[in-house]
Amino acid sequence: MGARGLISLKKMRVRGVQAGDLAQVIDIDAGITGLRKPDYWAEILQRYGSGRRQQRFFLVAEAEGRIEGFVIGEVRDWEFGSPPCGWVFAISVRPEARLAGAGTALLESICEGFRKLGVTKLRTMLSRDNSLILSFFRSQGMMAAPFIPLEKDLE
Amino acid sequence: MRLQKNSLAALYSVLEFASDPGRQLSASEIAAKYHLSPHHLSKVLRVLGREGLLESVRGVGGGYRFTGNAKRLTLMDVIGLFENISAPRRGGRRGARSETEAFAPVEVEDAVAVVLAEIDEIAKATLRSITLDTMLKLMARRRK
Repeated sequence: MGARGLISLKKMRVRGVQAGDLAQVIDIDAGITGLRKPDYWAEILQRYGSGRRQQRFFLVAEAEGRIEGFVIGEVRDWEFGSPPCGWVFAISVRPEARLAGAGTALLESICEGFRKLGVTKLRTMLSRDNSLILSFFRSQGMMAAPFIPLEKDLE
Repeated sequence: MRLQKNSLAALYSVLEFASDPGRQLSASEIAAKYHLSPHHLSKVLRVLGREGLLESVRGVGGGYRFTGNAKRLTLMDVIGLFENISAPRRGGRRGARSETEAFAPVEVEDAVAVVLAEIDEIAKATLRSITLDTMLKLMARRRK
């Protein structure tokens, strides 16, 4: 664990993303995925940023002026035949800042936003090879959902 | 997926130990609680001790104590000490065919193997993603 991994939860706050945070969000994502996607993130900021839009959330965890992680999600109504539920489709924390509660704080914050919109179910989907993030969601009490993702090659 | 007896005994044991890491328990205490053979369980605990998940405590009232990292150890880590379920399922045309398989057309056998492999992969991903700590939380929620 790096020195910043010892950041205390007291020094960290979760807030809505601001345009000035985007460069750090792009850095965090590029550091983890190995791909730099500025155009994608500009689009995400436009759709999910600018304060908490109705049903859409883009939150960041900030400690001592630095963005340590972020979470993005939204309430989706009646997709896949399901009543409205909260979907988290991205959550990332700088590797050196992990194990300090940033991921938990981010997830709790977005869940609180979902609850305020009357949602009582949280869902996400990720690669079954992604044991690290799967373990994180499992540790937060998430279980397999009654859905099976399917795909096929389009030739 | 069906786990072997050793794997199940190991999972019950590590969860029992990890639920109270300071506590020392003997093989016979765990065997009685989970209706397992003490002789069989002793062998399982020896493996867990050798792999650093448990520490043997000698002397009167001796037994074992948990020394693993519950936040890091996954169910797959424990099961993997007793059976190899990480290996990909054998495809229809690869390897020797059983007596029953020998009568099945190869394409049927292959198609069935693909579906069974899909089920296995989901099960393995689940076992890899659940730590002992997460299991302890799940057990606590089920007690409420």
